[in-house]
Amino acid sequence: MLEIKNLHVSIGERKILDGLTLTVGDGEIAAIMGPNGAGKSTLSYVIAGREGYDVSGGEVLLNGENILGLAPHERAAKGVFLAFQYPVEIPGVATMTFLKATLNAQRRARGEEELQTPDFMKRVNEAAARLGVAKEMLRRPLNSGFSGGEKKRMEILQMALLEPSLGILDETDSGLDIDALRVVSEGVNALRARDRSFLVITHYQRLLDYIKPDTVHVMARGRILRSGGAELALELEESGYKDYIVEAA
Amino acid sequence: MNETASQAEIALKSSFERMKNAGAQSLRRGAWEAFSRSGLPNKRDESWHYTDLRAALRAVAPMSGETKTATSAIERKQASCRFVVLDGAFRPDLSDLSLAPSGVAAQSLREALAHGEAEVLAALAGDVDDPAVALNAALMQDGVVLRIAPGTVLDTPLEIANVTSNAGAQSVYSRSLAMVGKGASATIIETLEPLAPSEAQENHALTLRIEDGARLEHVCTVAPQAGAAVRVLSLLATLGAKSALNSFCLIEGGGLLRRQVFALLAGESADAAFCGATLLRGRDHADTTLQVRHEGRGGKSREFFRYVVDEQATGVFQGKVSVAQLAQKTDGAMQSKALLLSDGATMNSKPELEIFADDVVCGHGATCGRLDADQLFYLQARGLPEREAEALLIQGFANEALRLIAREAMRDMLEARVATWLARRDIR
Repeated sequence: MLEIKNLHVSIGERKILDGLTLTVGDGEIAAIMGPNGAGKSTLSYVIAGREGYDVSGGEVLLNGENILGLAPHERAAKGVFLAFQYPVEIPGVATMTFLKATLNAQRRARGEEELQTPDFMKRVNEAAARLGVAKEMLRRPLNSGFSGGEKKRMEILQMALLEPSLGILDETDSGLDIDALRVVSEGVNALRARDRSFLVITHYQRLLDYIKPDTVHVMARGRILRSGGAELALELEESGYKDYIVEAA
Repeated sequence: MNETASQAEIALKSSFERMKNAGAQSLRRGAWEAFSRSGLPNKRDESWHYTDLRAALRAVAPMSGETKTATSAIERKQASCRFVVLDGAFRPDLSDLSLAPSGVAAQSLREALAHGEAEVLAALAGDVDDPAVALNAALMQDGVVLRIAPGTVLDTPLEIANVTSNAGAQSVYSRSLAMVGKGASATIIETLEPLAPSEAQENHALTLRIEDGARLEHVCTVAPQAGAAVRVLSLLATLGAKSALNSFCLIEGGGLLRRQVFALLAGESADAAFCGATLLRGRDHADTTLQVRHEGRGGKSREFFRYVVDEQATGVFQGKVSVAQLAQKTDGAMQSKALLLSDGATMNSKPELEIFADDVVCGHGATCGRLDADQLFYLQARGLPEREAEALLIQGFANEALRLIAREAMRDMLEARVATWLARRDIR
């Protein structure tokens, strides 16, 4: 599914990713854990194609194809979905308008037929009901005045509609209380599928109580320093990241 | 105007002298004298600092004459009871006079002035101190006078369609007047619509008298004109006690445009909202200047404007809210935001508050910026190509003003016009 090979990324003079290598198999949930400043968010942005990062080496292969040369919308159409740590508010754009525009833009890019309104509405209403997204939220402008929990739920709703092959959750647990965390996690778990992989980026082990990872990778100083199974997350919860930070000194 | 009168001012004077047989001579003379004291406004006049009308009107085009245009040529854009003012002349033959709802009386301004109708003359006499309005009063050719009887509740909008034919360089001065009787409720649509782009010099004014307890929705649309066109559009509104005016204007550039709003909240607890969206590209120049004056106690006013400025265009927003000493408990809020889409785009914003009462809540805010990089990336990461993502954000930005239009059908129509304007951006 996802193969990252020896990825080097900097912002200006500052090196952020320093030869990062990672493989995520089909249907796998891989957790990336690491201290602040490890480059976790940079990794998610670089996979999604944000401007402003200088990729000086390496490859990001999605189902065997290097996506680094593609524009963000092309990567989205190929199945990359980034659930943002801080979803943006867009006050003048109706949520439904946004959902329909993005869904159909991806379908067009893949040469599929666009969804007509009744079919689209049916899909949105079904997904909203499943994720506990109130109809009232769908009538508001995108993320405008939404609470932290509502914004994250809206991200998962979008993921459910766009059916990506790779879902990247960037610190999805930040700013969520336990109830919201449970709803969001259930939403993600419901989307687990053999042909869908997840990269779950988190600072705390807490999220992984709800979304059980297949593999856990410790990231620091722009690299994966250690990989293991779910038990590694529990170990980190005990020992913290100090061992990895000390190595840096 | 003095011994240094420009060629343009001399030409305007001779236009004025040819109005001798038109009605309202003393009103016209007073207005001409007021205009003569300042002449065509230029950069040195504070309220015209960003829009130099004198420079734009170096050569004055001849006054428009009779125009023959078939009804079918004037496209109908919405369901309304329409009154057509073509090249400055009210055209009963092109208007829906026989369809006017009960409680509404319509006549031509020319006729009302010729008969010396006191009510009309009184409504026009209260004009503000502005050279372009004075020039309009001195040279007004015709227009429509609408009287809405007290207590009338209208569902069908009344439309004043200011249409310019493609007669080339011509001067058009129209004045319309709507008197909304006590407790009446109505919608007035005002449109500026060239049949084809031309180098017209237009000066249109609409006077609104909104009596006590009346409610008026006003939606104005200004369609694009040729690059050499010069247009001034004035709205002169007076609000009685407990009356309400919700006024929106969509401006789609084209040449030089100055829209000015002079509002007087005369009665107690009057409620006025002025909103608008302005879309500019090429070398368009559009100026919206507001003077909202609170004289009655407990009044409320809202001003909310959005500008989208692309290429080499220039937007101007000047808003002044003044609160007289007696207008305690006034609640005023003004906001203008501009989105600059290119390095060559310019926006000038000047919000002002002038408050003489001590118990008021008034505020203003003006911002100017580019498309937000985080919002753009968010939309792209969801699958929208860059241009589509930009278009959605720009439309959303304009929609924040459009959502203030009360009538849904109008709102949808104007949203579609914004989308059409944006679609042309992609072709270029």
